[in-house]
Amino acid sequence: MTLRDHAIRYGFIVLLFGLVAYFSIAADGFVSPQSAVFIFQSVAITGVLALGVTATLVVGGFDLSIGSVATSAMMAAAYVMVVLEQNALVAVVVCLLIGAIVGLINGWLIVYMRVPDLLATLGMMFLLVGLQRIPTEGRSIATGMTMPDGSVANGKFSDAFLALGRHRFDFFIPNLIPVSVVVLLVLAVLIWFFLEYTRFGRMMYAVGSNERAAELAGAPVKAYKIWAYVISGVFASIGGILLAARLGRGDIASGNNLLLDAVAAALIGYAVLGAAKPNAFGTAIGALFVGILLQGLTMMNAPYYTQDFVKGVVLVVALVFTFALSGRGRR
Amino acid sequence: MVGNAVFRVEGLRKSFGHNEVLGGVSLELHAGEVTVLMGANGAGKSTLVKIISGVYERGGGTMALADQDFAPKTPAEAIRAGVVTVHQNINDGVVADLDVATNLTLDRLSGSGAPTLFNPVRVRREAKAVADRMGLAIDLKARVSDLSLADRQMVAIARALAHQPKVLILDEPTSSLSSAEADRLFALIDRLREQGVAILYISHRMSDIRRLADRIVSMRDGIVSGIFDKKPLDYEGAVNAMLGRKIHLDQIIVRDSANAVIKIDGLRIAPGARPISLTLGDGEVVAITGLVGVGKTALAETLFGVRKPLAGTMTMNGKPYAPNSTGEAIAAGVFLVAKDRGENGIVDGFNIQENISLPFHKRMSRFAVLRRRLERATARRQIEELGIVCRSEKDEMSELSGGNQQKVMVARWMAQDARLFILDEPFQGVDISARRDIAAKLRASANGRATLLFVTELDEALETADRILVMSEQTIVGEHRNADVDLDRLLAEVAGGPLHSAA
Repeated sequence: MTLRDHAIRYGFIVLLFGLVAYFSIAADGFVSPQSAVFIFQSVAITGVLALGVTATLVVGGFDLSIGSVATSAMMAAAYVMVVLEQNALVAVVVCLLIGAIVGLINGWLIVYMRVPDLLATLGMMFLLVGLQRIPTEGRSIATGMTMPDGSVANGKFSDAFLALGRHRFDFFIPNLIPVSVVVLLVLAVLIWFFLEYTRFGRMMYAVGSNERAAELAGAPVKAYKIWAYVISGVFASIGGILLAARLGRGDIASGNNLLLDAVAAALIGYAVLGAAKPNAFGTAIGALFVGILLQGLTMMNAPYYTQDFVKGVVLVVALVFTFALSGRGRR
Repeated sequence: MVGNAVFRVEGLRKSFGHNEVLGGVSLELHAGEVTVLMGANGAGKSTLVKIISGVYERGGGTMALADQDFAPKTPAEAIRAGVVTVHQNINDGVVADLDVATNLTLDRLSGSGAPTLFNPVRVRREAKAVADRMGLAIDLKARVSDLSLADRQMVAIARALAHQPKVLILDEPTSSLSSAEADRLFALIDRLREQGVAILYISHRMSDIRRLADRIVSMRDGIVSGIFDKKPLDYEGAVNAMLGRKIHLDQIIVRDSANAVIKIDGLRIAPGARPISLTLGDGEVVAITGLVGVGKTALAETLFGVRKPLAGTMTMNGKPYAPNSTGEAIAAGVFLVAKDRGENGIVDGFNIQENISLPFHKRMSRFAVLRRRLERATARRQIEELGIVCRSEKDEMSELSGGNQQKVMVARWMAQDARLFILDEPFQGVDISARRDIAAKLRASANGRATLLFVTELDEALETADRILVMSEQTIVGEHRNADVDLDRLLAEVAGGPLHSAA
């Protein structure tokens, strides 16, 4: 391997370690279990969404609806518990169903209606942003709110559901690791294993690289594509559940940044280890990279409004890594 | 004739890195003559054309157009000087979303002196002048994307001719045309020849060459290996010069098979086509030949479950066989090496090993988890079996030569035992040694399955098959046992002579 190959392969990891080293010296309190957990927690929800969208990127698609699936799931969870007065289990099941159904519809639009992926999921994004406001006439959902018909919603977020956002597991230090971080890690390992080691994952990569060749190798290409969107939808709805549990209400204004952050993490992942293709490990590292950078900058008193700018810079640099430096991008 | 060459190339050299592609090529083109350039893959034809048309810079030597030094730095410069090239890929020569008239006058839309405003009336008038000069009978208002391939090609050529070239280079212009379409092209070339254009015609197809050539120049390994201009032209000599050896057809020991593997009965693959009936036997290698566009790929895809027949039945080992998908076909033991590997075969993002295992993931995994050790062992075995030249099974496909890429595609489908093994144009873009390797491998491993090849080139059929079937107009029109083949009858069938009933 030449120096250039090494640069492409390990450049981003080196950058990540360099960043950690720099913040360790420059920012007081950056090196601590609490700080590390905080970083993970801050990227947990976007990370889950990013892992989902990775699946659609693998089959050569894209899913712009993930952010609105997450917020729709959040609103649905709140509606189920607060208005319909159901328990946590029902809320979780409803959310997952929403994710799966939206994924199926996305896949159907793209595969059978031949709508280009970006446009189909963009349409779905608008549809969901509007749909989630209809049941409450555009209001946020919280216990004691007045419904459109004048009645008062008396249900509340169940403790079991809130635990998803607030419970912390002991890990050497008591009450250290939040549920959301555990969910992120479990899902990351699952999707990584699925994409890298199972025949389904392998064929999804084949579909993304040469659909016709995959079909002529006997793969049900349409089914693979639809499944990718279902995975993406379900992951996004899990993100929505975590969001609802963290907020404890159905907040109509939250989750605005989810889509862009998740997509950025997945695209940054292309550059990790010189993969030059969507991959779960890269996505997780990408999400972590953004988290570390923002946490470090915050601890060094960088103003909050510079955050999006920083994320953008990281994304552009990562894309240059992927497409300009590695030969693969050129094909 | 000799002495009044319009275009002259002398001692042209070109290297890419250490790899010398052209080692001093000299060539003359005369006005009103069709010079055919023949050469195997990798002989340097494309490089030569790209230097003449201004795409590549030459590494040495001289070029002269009408005794003036000719050194184009860009394709546009070459065109302005009067050297026009129609490249193999038709769609490079036309803009699909514009109408014919705009396409014909496209080169006048930019550059100095072009009017700022787009005037449709003037464009159509100019386009009509171009079309009339060529005898082009295409609706000028039609969108190019709605035209057939042949019509698109006519438009591309007409567009090139709008420059009134002195030299016209056609790079494998018939490779995607049917025979009727090719005839139109030939008529056009005849007209251009009469008008005094010097034409360089690059082709592999003997039928084209016989029809058109005034002179033949053969290339091999980056040099001109033979020039043939005495009438009657010595076609065999030209082929020999190109291949560097007598194409002695390795005499095949023809096998006959008794055990039928697959029976096809009354299969219709296109509306109005006559039904196809045939039987393929165990251990037998059958080649179906015919011109481009006669339905070879359609038949291959029907057998492989990509498309459904309009009528008819298939039985395999006595049981009905009617695949609804490629997956079902593969499960039944019917494998297809599809034509055009770049489009239909190679997964770019995958290395050799992953490309080979692609259709057999299920058989190579346990609880859906791929058994990588088995996958690697299979790849190594197949690399060995087919003599694929590579550093390891982890090599990227793009690092392989065309012949080795094709070997990977064949190796992919030979990794498991087939009942019916179909190969559609397996020798396309493959050098002669890889072609021999593949053919030898197919014959050596033929027992236990029926092997069916679809090839356009007759030589490929004669070199590999026990039995040769001829296709024309979406059906099978002739059958030959590959021993003392009556070539005249075979050629007449290929050319669409009177229909015989299929055997």
